[in-house]
Amino acid sequence: MEHVAPRSIGTAEPVAVRRATGEPVVEMLSAGKVFANGTRALDPIDLTVRERELVSLIGPSGCGKSTLLKLVAGLLEPTDGRIVWWRGDYARVGEAGRRLSFVFQDPTLMPWSRVEANVRLPLDLAGMARAEARRRVERALELVGLADARRDYPRQLSGGMRMRVSIARALVTEPNLLLMDEPFGALDEFTRNRLDGDLVTLWWGRPLSVIFVTHSIYEAVFLSTRIVVMAARPGRVFAGMTIDEPHPRDPSFRTSQRFAQLCRELSGLLTDASLASAP
Amino acid sequence: MRPPLRPLAESEAFLRVAAPAAAGLAMLTAWEAICRHYHVPSYLLPTPSAIVATFVEDAPTLLRALMMTMRVALTAFACAVMIGTLIAFVFVQSRMAERAFLPYAVVLQVTPIVAIAPLIIILVKDTQTALVLCATIIALFPIIANTTLGLRSVDHGLVNLFTLNKANRLQTLVRLRIPSALPYFFGGLRISSGLALIGAVVAEFVAGTGGRSAGLAYEILQSGFQLAIPRMFAALFLITAAGILLFVVMSALSRLVLGEWHESESAPEV
Repeated sequence: MEHVAPRSIGTAEPVAVRRATGEPVVEMLSAGKVFANGTRALDPIDLTVRERELVSLIGPSGCGKSTLLKLVAGLLEPTDGRIVWWRGDYARVGEAGRRLSFVFQDPTLMPWSRVEANVRLPLDLAGMARAEARRRVERALELVGLADARRDYPRQLSGGMRMRVSIARALVTEPNLLLMDEPFGALDEFTRNRLDGDLVTLWWGRPLSVIFVTHSIYEAVFLSTRIVVMAARPGRVFAGMTIDEPHPRDPSFRTSQRFAQLCRELSGLLTDASLASAP
Repeated sequence: MRPPLRPLAESEAFLRVAAPAAAGLAMLTAWEAICRHYHVPSYLLPTPSAIVATFVEDAPTLLRALMMTMRVALTAFACAVMIGTLIAFVFVQSRMAERAFLPYAVVLQVTPIVAIAPLIIILVKDTQTALVLCATIIALFPIIANTTLGLRSVDHGLVNLFTLNKANRLQTLVRLRIPSALPYFFGGLRISSGLALIGAVVAEFVAGTGGRSAGLAYEILQSGFQLAIPRMFAALFLITAAGILLFVVMSALSRLVLGEWHESESAPEV
């Protein structure tokens, strides 16, 4: 049990970080969110994600996982506290070394554009030169294994392939922080496992931090260096758990004793979080 | 590799054309037979063959009338598309403008054109302009309504994506809002083109035979006065044919633009 971070039940304390000692990528400093209609989506939270961490957010529905992700993305403004990106403010996000990408729950592709144009969109919007953009798009599509589909329209692709396009689009800007909101939730388990494996490989090979929202215990354990368990009503950090299985992890990890034990552990935490979320 | 040949009767494409054609032919034959059998006088109900004969005989006059009506309808349609799209863009850019003017667009839509047409024909000196104005008024609303809806019906995730990538207003309009609106816009075009024709014909009816217009409605009125019923039918069929033509052209245009990506215009690939 020594590899599991101590439970910090029902508190908004910073979650214990053991292995990650890199520079902070994003720091939530008592950041919380109350919506315009008065609903408290997120209690003030202290959470730091560091370089090369892969942090999963897991918890019952309504626990504010997606809200937290949107705050980190800058799509929402916190109503309490503040958020610091790379020790700076949001205006500097997007500069070299401070790039942020978001992978949504749905593939969110433009149906009128071919795969390559969809992937190129962030570069087009930034006004990157054609030749360089084309090179980057090719590389991103190769990374997700879709080089052959670049002339296709989204509707010609399967759900899993569309999600890969979405990931290629997120990677094309060469982000330093990748935010993923239940990206594989709508896919069958087989496809999901394969994409999880691909994601780990991608992440491991580059200076990238990932915040990954999921509903799946198995997915969280397989991917993460650290898991943040959240509780609802109001949304808050409930507990943290470090997964110190060395990376890169291969599929055999899924069938190991260790994996089962970690899943049991996380499942217990989630049950506690659900009980603490009762209306 | 060629698919095995199937009997023609099983072919979906063949049936789609053949079935309505056969039904139409059967109805025309019955019409002809009943008229002949009961000796229905042609000033009450002419036989299809008499209508065809009249059409061939009066083709130059009728086709000139068709051209007149089509010119009014197409001019009005073009005006409606331009004005309607412009208004839709204004509505989308400013909620205030929409609040202020949408009720009047609705008023324009719900007031029957037959009721406004006499006024317009009195107020506007040039008959041709008056006709175009009537037809434009009736063709305008679907363009405004559909284009506004389309420009607003943007996938929320894509809006977030554009925001995250710090897209400016123009980029969002050109790369996101306009393409999103296209399917709605083409739906509006299809409705509006038909309404423009209806508007043109209605306005011609109201302008009556006193005016200097000589469209299809004028031909129908004249034929009625002269009890030239077969000619009336011939003119009526020309109007119908013009309406169908407009619809087909608009559908083809829509398929041409949206075909490759939009679900409504393409069969699923299996």
